[in-house]
Amino acid sequence: MTLLAWVPRLTLAAMLLPVAAGLWGVFAPLFGFITLNGASAAPMADVLAWPGLPRAAWLSVVTGVGSTLIALGLVILILSQLHGSRALMWLRRALSPLLSVPHASAAFGLAFMIAPSGWIARAVSPWLTGWDRPPDLLILNDPAGIALTLGLAVKEMPFLLLIALAALAQTDAIRSLAVARSLGHSGAGAWLKVVLPRLYGQIRLPVYVVLAYAMTAVDMALILGPTTPSTLSVQILRWMSDPDLTLRLQGAAGAVIQLALVIAALAAWFLAEKLVGKLGLLWITSGTRSPWLPALRPLAIAAAATSAIAVLGGLASLAVWSFAARWQFPDALPEALTTRTLDRFLPQLGAPLAETALIATTTTLIALILCIGCLEAGYRKRKPLEGRVMWLVYLPLLIPQIAFLPGLQVLLISGGLTMGRWVVILSHLVFVIPYIFLSLSDPWQAWNTRHATVAHALGASPTRVLFAIRLPMLLAPILTAAAVGFAVSVGQYLPTLLAGGGRIATLTTEAVALASGGDRRAIGVYGIALTLAALLPFALALALPRILYANRRGTHP
Amino acid sequence: MLHLQNLTITLGQRLIAQVDTTVHGGEVLTIMGPSGSGKSTLLAAITGTLDPAFAQQGRIILDGQDITALPTEARRIGILFQDDLLFPHLSVGQNLAFGLPKGGNRKERHKTIETALRDVGLQGFANRDPATLSGGQKARVALMRMLLSQPKALLLDEAFSGLDADLREQIRALVFTRARVQNLPVVMVTHDPADAEAAAGPVIHIG
Repeated sequence: MTLLAWVPRLTLAAMLLPVAAGLWGVFAPLFGFITLNGASAAPMADVLAWPGLPRAAWLSVVTGVGSTLIALGLVILILSQLHGSRALMWLRRALSPLLSVPHASAAFGLAFMIAPSGWIARAVSPWLTGWDRPPDLLILNDPAGIALTLGLAVKEMPFLLLIALAALAQTDAIRSLAVARSLGHSGAGAWLKVVLPRLYGQIRLPVYVVLAYAMTAVDMALILGPTTPSTLSVQILRWMSDPDLTLRLQGAAGAVIQLALVIAALAAWFLAEKLVGKLGLLWITSGTRSPWLPALRPLAIAAAATSAIAVLGGLASLAVWSFAARWQFPDALPEALTTRTLDRFLPQLGAPLAETALIATTTTLIALILCIGCLEAGYRKRKPLEGRVMWLVYLPLLIPQIAFLPGLQVLLISGGLTMGRWVVILSHLVFVIPYIFLSLSDPWQAWNTRHATVAHALGASPTRVLFAIRLPMLLAPILTAAAVGFAVSVGQYLPTLLAGGGRIATLTTEAVALASGGDRRAIGVYGIALTLAALLPFALALALPRILYANRRGTHP
Repeated sequence: MLHLQNLTITLGQRLIAQVDTTVHGGEVLTIMGPSGSGKSTLLAAITGTLDPAFAQQGRIILDGQDITALPTEARRIGILFQDDLLFPHLSVGQNLAFGLPKGGNRKERHKTIETALRDVGLQGFANRDPATLSGGQKARVALMRMLLSQPKALLLDEAFSGLDADLREQIRALVFTRARVQNLPVVMVTHDPADAEAAAGPVIHIG
């Protein structure tokens, strides 16, 4: 068996082994397979006895399901109303770069917008509200988790929207719409009746990923979420990072409960899909032409604009705060701009920036080699990608980080192993590989394989075809995939914290750690640095092929 | 001389194509049939790029050597498709250099490429971006790239269908002349009777 033939197995192992080991690590203590000195013998009983549990679990479910419903609802509203319009093209262009903005930056930005002393309150004060000091409202970290729900929804909506747009390109939506409209259905009604049912089947897995993520997000919950009690995921993190090592098993038991909650929510969502499908079929076959639906168009435009402004405005406010001199409420802008904050923080940004770049570069390179190896091995065996391969790729994204990473830490501690950079890189690979694979597989398959036939017929070996023809021709999508992988690694909070044993400081961990302090200028600088670290590689990925292939028009789409 | 010895291609129980023939050097064998009749599948079998879903029997013998089991790159069979398939990231000259076998120093290789370009009226085109060429120019570059690789046989997969009538005749004549000069056996798949007429060789109808 050649080396290349082993790459798919190696890739699967890199994605799934840490997940499997982590799950073993959270379940084993429950049955006494793993014990820590001085730790409780019945960690599950301890967690179940914790008085905050019902509320924390409830918050996880409500914020997760709520934000997924809002994000999916917005996507359906926007697409059904605005399909084929210029507004949608504009929105697509505005949202694409936001996809890679790390969750922590987006959460901080949103916090800067909606806080009682945030930009929105400043914009309408005092002329509209009469406020000359920030109102005494608990908007951020509200006990019901509304701010967290909104933050998750605003961050996940662009992801679902762009996935849906990509999936739409593969369905015969335009002709189906034309047929349905010629039968007298309104545009929006036709879209909901003939396009959505097919589209949903294609975006189901990403929706599940969003649901599992939203129920268990830690970084956004730390920044926007409730505190007493917090969501279950944040509580698990507290147990896992407590100086008292014996609480680790409690954290592992909490992870099991968290996993059960996610599985239950996914199952409920699946059943709800069936129900909505049945009801939808009644509606589709009822004969109604839904002439009133297009009236919702302004609502769709408002929703699209609001969600774009929430993230873009948030990032802008991070930037303004990093340069703000004195900035009193309710002034809309600071009195002056200064580089004082930058001068103060830039020296201490160097170390986490270098750590972030080192981890992200290593992870991306490894993942890229594995993914290209997988795709090339599949191509040489002429095996088309099957649905089950996609399930395997999505699996690490469906299992919440907070459900298995504690187990990994428990395993390492009980085995006497130290955590550190290499464990962080391994844990990042679990999430970087799927995104690189998803980003690269379509352009890889779309490549005209007759180029390979011609090159072979000219006497070139498979290896030469790969390196001299295919990879150079696919340079642009490969660089884009690398930028995606880099951004995913940059944004990882929990794996960096848990797999690094709290000793690996990246931009993300440093930024999230600032959340409780409330130093807006520091948050602004770190938030912007984090955003740039994720976005600059995309600029590079766009620019490089244009420079390298400046005189090769045929390589530009 | 290309000998297709009882070459049979099946998909499950279904017979896709069956030929048993010899194509002599300088001769053009035309294979005609409606679309979907398995013409291109037959060519894929000869180049060694047949989808594994198909089953293949019989032997392919080129200049006395059995190449049935050889990988595409070892068969020394050149192919031209309807699309020129010039590599877009390489210049015209680099495309030709890709086809030219190893050997010779840079200067000699450069000279070979310049000569090849001049032969088809494209002198001075070596540094051009393929995307800036006209359809006829691209077709000529693709032909020379293939010929520089010193093939022992030539396959044409609807190679002229993408060109308009005037150009088509011109390129067709160029390809056939080149093949005759180099004494290459040619297998041409086409649905255009004019191609078959110009080839003036044996014709097989399949499908």
